[in-house]
Amino acid sequence: MRTDDLVELLARGPVSDLPAAPARRYAGAAAWAAVGALLPTAALLGVRPDLGQAAGTPMFWVKVGFVASIAAVALPANLRLARPGVRLGALPALLAAIVVAMWVLAAVALVRAPEGGRAALVLGETWRVCPLAIAGLAAPGFVAFLRAMRGLAPTRPARAGAAAGLLAGALAATAYTLHCPESQAPFLAVWYLLGILAPAAAGALAGPRLLRW
Amino acid sequence: MSTAEERLRIHLLRGLEGEQSSYREFLSDLGGHLRSFFRKRLARLPDEVEDLVQETLLAVHNQRHTYDPAQPLTAWVHAIAHYKLVDMLRRSGARGLVTASLDDVDEIVAESDADAHEARRDLARLLERLPDRQRLPIVHVKIEGLSVAETARLTGMSESAVKVGVHRGLKALAAFIGGRR
Repeated sequence: MRTDDLVELLARGPVSDLPAAPARRYAGAAAWAAVGALLPTAALLGVRPDLGQAAGTPMFWVKVGFVASIAAVALPANLRLARPGVRLGALPALLAAIVVAMWVLAAVALVRAPEGGRAALVLGETWRVCPLAIAGLAAPGFVAFLRAMRGLAPTRPARAGAAAGLLAGALAATAYTLHCPESQAPFLAVWYLLGILAPAAAGALAGPRLLRW
Repeated sequence: MSTAEERLRIHLLRGLEGEQSSYREFLSDLGGHLRSFFRKRLARLPDEVEDLVQETLLAVHNQRHTYDPAQPLTAWVHAIAHYKLVDMLRRSGARGLVTASLDDVDEIVAESDADAHEARRDLARLLERLPDRQRLPIVHVKIEGLSVAETARLTGMSESAVKVGVHRGLKALAAFIGGRR
């Protein structure tokens, strides 16, 4: 086929009938991710009975703010990586700043803690389940966001996959705050972060295979 | 913003609003720019140029919903051309053979070359490999120029199935080219 013929072919027919734009695809995927994380949190893990009381403490909101702000950075990162030629700009720095801020809070808490109490601050009572639970809750969102990304045009597939996983992880962690009894900064700085980064790493590995176009 | 960029952008935006002649103009102009861009960079693989022009035009069309009108068109087109060029080099195991830098975004519309050589890969042949639900909509709508409604009547498919068939078929064509199917 000559190139002129290809141009004719492509230009013919309902060209203005566009597939769904990035924001619409991500809105749909985010709904799946939210349901996929909230439902098992409520039905399998259970909402913590003292949620109302916990919501009155500042650290509860630090926890929610930490994971929700990671999601708030990951979402625009996904939308930018889905379009060829759009730069990430300040988003990676913003993400780093959120993590560093949590690490600073953790360091302060550890320094202030009495000699023998530091390990307990880091490990809490649920360190074994926390990262696994977050990564597990992230699975539906992981699939949904990678699917959304697949219908778009990421030119840097490893980063795009990582961003999709990061968003799924951060939303799952936000849902998990409804169940999780921990709220000390050192715990969040290690185990929550680990749970969120696990799907991001999986996305970085899967991206180059799954996101080619 | 260069005049070439402005011209391309206007034609693309009008095309996406449904003006077919503008969209054809856009693709045809873009083909000239891509040919010149690839020829300079693939001086040692001249036979690959026209195939890559076609592959990139198909990608631009298939991914046209990812262009944000607030974004410079050159950046979008350059990123797609860059991606397709690197992908082709990886497929043919010829990564080191690029003869000019790939990184200058504005280079993508700097020159144009209308002298199309014969493509080695025949897209019409690849089209025959598609399943009927994709091939027939493409043949009727995109090659014979029938309307979606006429094609639906002719094939017994619904109108939305015809549109989906065109879209998925062109994406499958791109996947054949990229060796993903």
